[in-house]
Amino acid sequence: MTRFILRRLVQAALVLAIMSFIIYALIGLMPGDPIDLMIASDPHLSAADAVRLKALYGLDRPLFERYLAWAQAALAGDFGYSRLYAKAALTVLAPRLGNTAILMGASFALTLAIALPLGIAAARRPGSAFDAMVNLLGFAGISVPSFWLALMLILVFAVALGLLPAGGIATIGDGGILDRLTHLALPVATLTLASVGGHMRYMRGAMIETLQQDYIRTARAKGAGELGVLLHHALRNALIPVITVVALSFGSLFSGALVTETMFAYPGMGKLIYDSVLGNDFNLALAGLLLATLTTLLANLAADIAYAAADPRITYG
Amino acid sequence: MSAARLVAGRGWRGALGRKRLLWPALVLLALAAAAALGPPLAAALGQDASLVDLHHRLAPPSLGHLLGTDEIGRDVLLRLMEGGRVSLLVGGTAALAAAILGTAIGLIAGYRGGTLDALLMRLADGVIALPLLPLLVVLAALDLRKLGLPAAIVQSDAVSLYRIIALVSLVGWTTVARLVRGASLSLRAREFVRAAEALGARPWRVMLVHILPNLATPIIVATTLSVGEIILLESVLSFLGLGIEPPMASWGNMLTGAQETIALAPQLALYPGLMILITVIACNFLGDGLQAALDPRAGRR
Repeated sequence: MTRFILRRLVQAALVLAIMSFIIYALIGLMPGDPIDLMIASDPHLSAADAVRLKALYGLDRPLFERYLAWAQAALAGDFGYSRLYAKAALTVLAPRLGNTAILMGASFALTLAIALPLGIAAARRPGSAFDAMVNLLGFAGISVPSFWLALMLILVFAVALGLLPAGGIATIGDGGILDRLTHLALPVATLTLASVGGHMRYMRGAMIETLQQDYIRTARAKGAGELGVLLHHALRNALIPVITVVALSFGSLFSGALVTETMFAYPGMGKLIYDSVLGNDFNLALAGLLLATLTTLLANLAADIAYAAADPRITYG
Repeated sequence: MSAARLVAGRGWRGALGRKRLLWPALVLLALAAAAALGPPLAAALGQDASLVDLHHRLAPPSLGHLLGTDEIGRDVLLRLMEGGRVSLLVGGTAALAAAILGTAIGLIAGYRGGTLDALLMRLADGVIALPLLPLLVVLAALDLRKLGLPAAIVQSDAVSLYRIIALVSLVGWTTVARLVRGASLSLRAREFVRAAEALGARPWRVMLVHILPNLATPIIVATTLSVGEIILLESVLSFLGLGIEPPMASWGNMLTGAQETIALAPQLALYPGLMILITVIACNFLGDGLQAALDPRAGRR
């Protein structure tokens, strides 16, 4: 087990290193460059100054050399300065990461709490009216554009009913827990509704497949109670493929966070990445994207471990 | 797989499969027809989907503007139609491009095997494991001139259309690639493939003539299912201002300004999203129905 985890950690580090170079190169291909931005903000700078500045920041060196210098600093914890916030990039990122973790954690837990029981219940009688309803909801869930869902929730709960705030993280001057929760309600609802359908469909499919196995009939023949058969004999086997899908969905949770946070002006990682890309804040965009990639890779790693733990037939090679 | 086999009944299940295919196909056809009607309707009304009329902003429905106008006075119905054309075009083209790319990669990986296979599949794993939308946002924001593309392309009106199709195919090939790779791995050990090889068929001929036709069914199903996903991706990128760029209409970019006018004109936020929802649901049902009809194993589910 330890060797398996170690090997996967090395693989993840390798992927992260490759990705960091790709992202670094891509950021360099975005419109504008840092020196142009400096010149635009200070009319006294001459062309000679621009050349000197380029040399000072090392922008006249080849891409790979620049990357190595950046990577060296990054490994020491220095991701440079954010242009938009005039703070070190990591100082800007840290609180945002916490906000996103709250948002993603809440909607992730809620999604599973809704999707798994519904999927299991629907699988008991495939083709029944309840199953058809769950199936239809599942299709609607995977087909709805999340940003439009957010718009509709804002329209109903914030504009028409005036029950919930349409955006932000807290009312200014009010930092209470209840205030934070009301601000979380719509973003969490959006993320949850958008991801519940997919998980529900997977859970249902895996459960139907499992319930057709011989050992389920054996368990029933031996007189095991229906709940025992479902939860003890079937669920554990049905969960194995679901775990993979759920864990792989971590990457898409970041995508969802980007949309949802932007819609609700929620100060998290997703909105930060979007704002920094559009605002030419190269250092911040780079640090944010890498952090998102790292989180996703770690989630995938956790998935592999959970997968191996749930299925004793898997050997750690 | 012949059409006759596709609709051949397996009792009530066959009929169910048929019905499941029929209505999403009809919905998509109706959408395509409505989208195609856009330009002639615009000509008949003497209007244009991007015609700005600041004197009639946020106008209610009238004979001149059947669904009213948007925040800068453009006709909402005509823009919905143009948006449909763009969404279906992007969805179809990008799904096809991704399927071709994925099939090529999957065939080569599965048939060749070895290091190349390992390398290509790790690449696919990598693409699947990445935070998709944050990366697409960066890719969509790239300065195409810095990539060395000719100015004629970069400055053309349709550049955002080409860009989104290219981007989505670049990240969308993995599903088909893994599917094709897995199937080619098992097919290449079968007698008819070995026989073709023994007769001296070249590798590309074995791949295209002997292996590929056997994979038509799963490729068609996966491609159909991906169309809906791609339309969703296009709409969110366009909504964020990084996909289809105005004046060209897309259901996504029609919603960009909708958040500001949501209290004044909620219908502007409603229509484009409903169109996306209907289209994507129809695509997903069609893909699911095809899977049930063509793949007996999945059909049991």
